[in-house]
Amino acid sequence: MSVAGHFASHYSYWITFVLMVAGLYIVIARGNLMKKLIGLSIFQTSVYLLYIAPGKLIGGTAPIVAPAFKVYSNPLPHVLILTAIVVGVATLALGLAIAVRIREAYGSIEEDEILAADRDGGERV
Amino acid sequence: MMAVTVLAIAVQRNLFSVVVLAGIYSFLMATVLVALDAVDVAMTEASVGAGISTVLLLGALYLCGGEEAKPLARPWLPLAVAAVITGALVYGTLGLPAFSDPSAPIHVHVVPRYLNEALRETGVQNVVTAVLASYRGYDTLGETIVVFTAGAGVIALLRRLRRRGNGEPR
Repeated sequence: MSVAGHFASHYSYWITFVLMVAGLYIVIARGNLMKKLIGLSIFQTSVYLLYIAPGKLIGGTAPIVAPAFKVYSNPLPHVLILTAIVVGVATLALGLAIAVRIREAYGSIEEDEILAADRDGGERV
Repeated sequence: MMAVTVLAIAVQRNLFSVVVLAGIYSFLMATVLVALDAVDVAMTEASVGAGISTVLLLGALYLCGGEEAKPLARPWLPLAVAAVITGALVYGTLGLPAFSDPSAPIHVHVVPRYLNEALRETGVQNVVTAVLASYRGYDTLGETIVVFTAGAGVIALLRRLRRRGNGEPR
């Protein structure tokens, strides 16, 4: 298969990868803990796309059974991703609570300042 | 458009605008999900991703203060890592079925049974609900345990702040 044909039939994966890598880049490159958490949630939404895009059938409808429709998109990824969204917001809440606590102890949520404070052995609350 | 929003998030250093952009990103994602026929997921993403997450982020922003310290010092190592991972993932697509291929493994395994029998076996018209609450009910039970644990963790972390009296109660 030619490169262009491959791109045309798999572009949903490519978009997913762009989002995924952008989220990963934010997590690695940025020192601010809140920014890191937002990057993590972008990574997570790209995983939603990774699951749901293959379940789509062109010409299909949402998987709600009705006599007027014969072709439905795949309901199983939807179920898995519903669970993932809720778990994702739970981890986000916990991560933010930890960030608030770190800020309370170190006076900062910047990674390098926290590491510097740790090296100096400065007093902590 | 989503890519532009994500780039803006990566570049922007004022955390408040980052939070607002994250909300916009969630709504765009919900729109894409509607286009992909995942209406239940889109509804959840719009309410949880754009609603609850934004509220949580704003609350944390209020407690932590709003400006990111400085631009990154050495962006090349993370960029190289990102490029390598992109290459590996794109190579992985060579083995995957094309978009909307009805004979892909995802469409022929257990899903025809769900679509054909769910109405008779559970009496629920929405197959997503039927699978979520009936066939995979244990998953949903486990999910509530995860959410409960996270809530307990948040309360345990933030109550210490309040007791010492130098943090704002959330």
